[in-house]
Amino acid sequence: MNKKSHTPLIHISKRGLLPWYQAWAIRGGAIVAALVLCALITMLVTGLNPIQVYVTIFEGSFGSSRRAWVLFQNIAILLCVSLAVTPAFKMRFWNIGGEGQMLIGGLATTACMILLGDKLPNAVLIPIMVAASLAAGAIWGGIPAFFKARWNTNETLFTLMMNYIATQLVAYFIIIWEVPKGAGQIGIINQSTQAGWLPTIGSSKYLLNILIVAVICGVMYIYLTYSKHGYEIAVVGESERTARYVGIKVERVIIRTMLLSGAVCGLAGMLLVGGTDHTLTTTITAGRGFTAVMVSWLAKFNPLWMIFTSFLLVFLQRGAGQISTNFGLNQSFSDILTGVILFFIIGSEFFVSYQINFRKSTNKEAR
Amino acid sequence: MDKKIPAVSLHGITKTFGSTVANDKVDLDIYRGEILALLGENGSGKTTLMNMLSGIYFPDAGQIAIDGKDVVIASPKDAFDLGIGMIHQHFKLVDVLTATENIVLGLEGKLDLKAAAAKIRSICDAYGFEVDPNQKIYDMSVSQKQTVEIVKVLYRGADILILDEPTAVLTPQETEKLFTVLRNMRNDGKAIVIITHKLHEVEAISDRVSVLRHGQHISDLTTARTNAQEMTNMMVGHAVTLNIDRPAPFNPKPRIVVEGLTVRSSDGILKLDDVSFTANSGEILGIAGISGSGQKELLEAIAGLQPVESGSIFYVEDDGHRQELLQKDPQEIAALGVSLSFVPEDRLGMGLVGSMDLSDNMMLRSFRRGHSVFTDRKTPHHLAEKVVKELEVSTPSIATPVRRLSGGNVQKVLVGREISSAPTVLLTAYAVRGLDINSSYTIYDLINRQKKSGVAVIYVGEDLDVLLELADRILVLCGGKVSGIVDGKKAQKNEIGMMMTRLGGEA
Repeated sequence: MNKKSHTPLIHISKRGLLPWYQAWAIRGGAIVAALVLCALITMLVTGLNPIQVYVTIFEGSFGSSRRAWVLFQNIAILLCVSLAVTPAFKMRFWNIGGEGQMLIGGLATTACMILLGDKLPNAVLIPIMVAASLAAGAIWGGIPAFFKARWNTNETLFTLMMNYIATQLVAYFIIIWEVPKGAGQIGIINQSTQAGWLPTIGSSKYLLNILIVAVICGVMYIYLTYSKHGYEIAVVGESERTARYVGIKVERVIIRTMLLSGAVCGLAGMLLVGGTDHTLTTTITAGRGFTAVMVSWLAKFNPLWMIFTSFLLVFLQRGAGQISTNFGLNQSFSDILTGVILFFIIGSEFFVSYQINFRKSTNKEAR
Repeated sequence: MDKKIPAVSLHGITKTFGSTVANDKVDLDIYRGEILALLGENGSGKTTLMNMLSGIYFPDAGQIAIDGKDVVIASPKDAFDLGIGMIHQHFKLVDVLTATENIVLGLEGKLDLKAAAAKIRSICDAYGFEVDPNQKIYDMSVSQKQTVEIVKVLYRGADILILDEPTAVLTPQETEKLFTVLRNMRNDGKAIVIITHKLHEVEAISDRVSVLRHGQHISDLTTARTNAQEMTNMMVGHAVTLNIDRPAPFNPKPRIVVEGLTVRSSDGILKLDDVSFTANSGEILGIAGISGSGQKELLEAIAGLQPVESGSIFYVEDDGHRQELLQKDPQEIAALGVSLSFVPEDRLGMGLVGSMDLSDNMMLRSFRRGHSVFTDRKTPHHLAEKVVKELEVSTPSIATPVRRLSGGNVQKVLVGREISSAPTVLLTAYAVRGLDINSSYTIYDLINRQKKSGVAVIYVGEDLDVLLELADRILVLCGGKVSGIVDGKKAQKNEIGMMMTRLGGEA
């Protein structure tokens, strides 16, 4: 009678709230599955021993103390930008202008170093650099926020456009300040005087940056979790109408939060220019403003989890770079591996929220 | 009659969402030439059950048979092919298209709008629908849109119709019209299921009633042989009294005086037109009116959430001193020392934050207190515990996001917070909408207790029977104007119904 009818092979249903260990088992399983798939791809495509490839990835990050320092420096800068965009994201304000806010912060720092470098001692110059980068980033983040609060413009497009403006501005000033004339680049700023270079702690020029970001991370966690501002941000993000209903001034929260978000991005630019690179290029941010979006989302906007997610992303990136040099593989191959791993991590969230039911082969067919 | 093969027969249908069992081994028969009322409280699984029949969900277990043959309904298309059509609570129509275009949308074959319009007219004539096939959806009233939805499923050849709470959006007059066409369709031999929790509608329209409770099928009744009390008891699971208390007004004195209030929406439509009234302390002022007659704007204007074109709203203190509330936001109103509580219509979208837990939601009103930059988490936590205990909120814990609570418990959390600040004015909009009978009575009781402690209560309601039992005075709105203010003890239901549709109620 029911020859023609057939039950669908699978159907999807929503899970209840999983206990945390089950949820993390799913996520952990996803990473393992991703590594296995990556190994298979590596073997099939390149014929290399996957274990060796993984060892190389690990070596890319921890192979020498210099590599390890670079790893942590990269994590610190990425984490700094991620922390910066997080308050905006919690408010459901999609600030993808981290790039531009960083660049403009870097530009302000460069301007201070070049224009004031031989006039002021470092003890005065560095605080000015900090203030200038904070202000520049805040302005860059504040403009789209003002338009959003006032005329409800789309912040995603607006912050994206601000990135291009920042890149063009930086390109313009690079030509003005280029050394030597016609080189098209600034080169190392104040190489002889080291004016405006952030101090080094011990022998490492990276340690100061790492410590600064660690402090920002703690402060941001406390700000978002325990402060009245943090609570307002969460309410505005979840429901603007609820915020208005309890008398929160939504426009003010939007602008205030984006000033903060932009300022911390600007500071990240300062850490790059003043702390490690001592120069400015249009590509100095290396796409971190966008990678930060992923770091923040993967950590579900929790600043402490972001330490882990930024580590994961930088680790993969550095390891991928290492395999391409060691085995003479194209950089694209490492992108494939990173892509596979991220796909599994993001995809695992589906299995945390839903379960898949397969057709029970017994009773239906038998009838 | 008993030899008839059911048009639809559900057998042992089970559906779970996570740990929630929405339907538990439900058996149900639907016959042609009959209107079946599916009755149950919110969350009893009525809509889930029908969604499985219309292919939106797939049952975890159980078998569906159409005209005695076992079938599998895995998609809405399967349902359509079997002649099952469902009219949802939220309409799925394209606003810029005409009725005809919406009805033929997605159908295969050659597009012939003229022929389609002719067929639509013939369907309308057969059952008594009033639809202009060439009218655009955005020009239509809610009831006309609903008609288009019904004609759409008929046009596609459905002969098993499911209507999910169709009367929730209709006026009493429109409901009567709908019932007339439903009866015509029944007489034409179609099988009709109407999902509802309004008892008087069950009595008016259905031939048979199936009662669901907590996802289980409780019983089948013949409408003619049952009564409201019996159905309520089955729905709730134990005997309940259907009377609402109305204590005498307690020392009423003017508290809120509204004069000549005029409000326009952001797109310039007049929402309130020269509204004047006084709400007294120790009294419940009911507000009646067809949905969208300005109730929302009125409450939001008093609460400081709605820009006002002209008029004034005064808060009268005990010593007769008047404070103007207009052009002040909620924070400024609180700063005047006016303790005003507001239970808005949209509980999770306005009154609470769905993803936050009970304790954080308690904090919404009070988090600014104190000079510290940090929030005080202890006081709201204690308040949450107190509300859970005193109002018997059923929740796994204080740390559960309120979105995960049932409608009644969400409302208890919201009302509990709003009355915790010992208000002098309490505004409530549709305070019992979607709540089961037990929760509704808890809310009535809480409101009455506020009244007895001298609070001026403004109660916007949709159920006239409740308004007549609860409110001391009833203000009737009609198209943004005050149609009249009547005494709750003396007024008649049809008198208010008339005032809702015509200013002053005169024919």
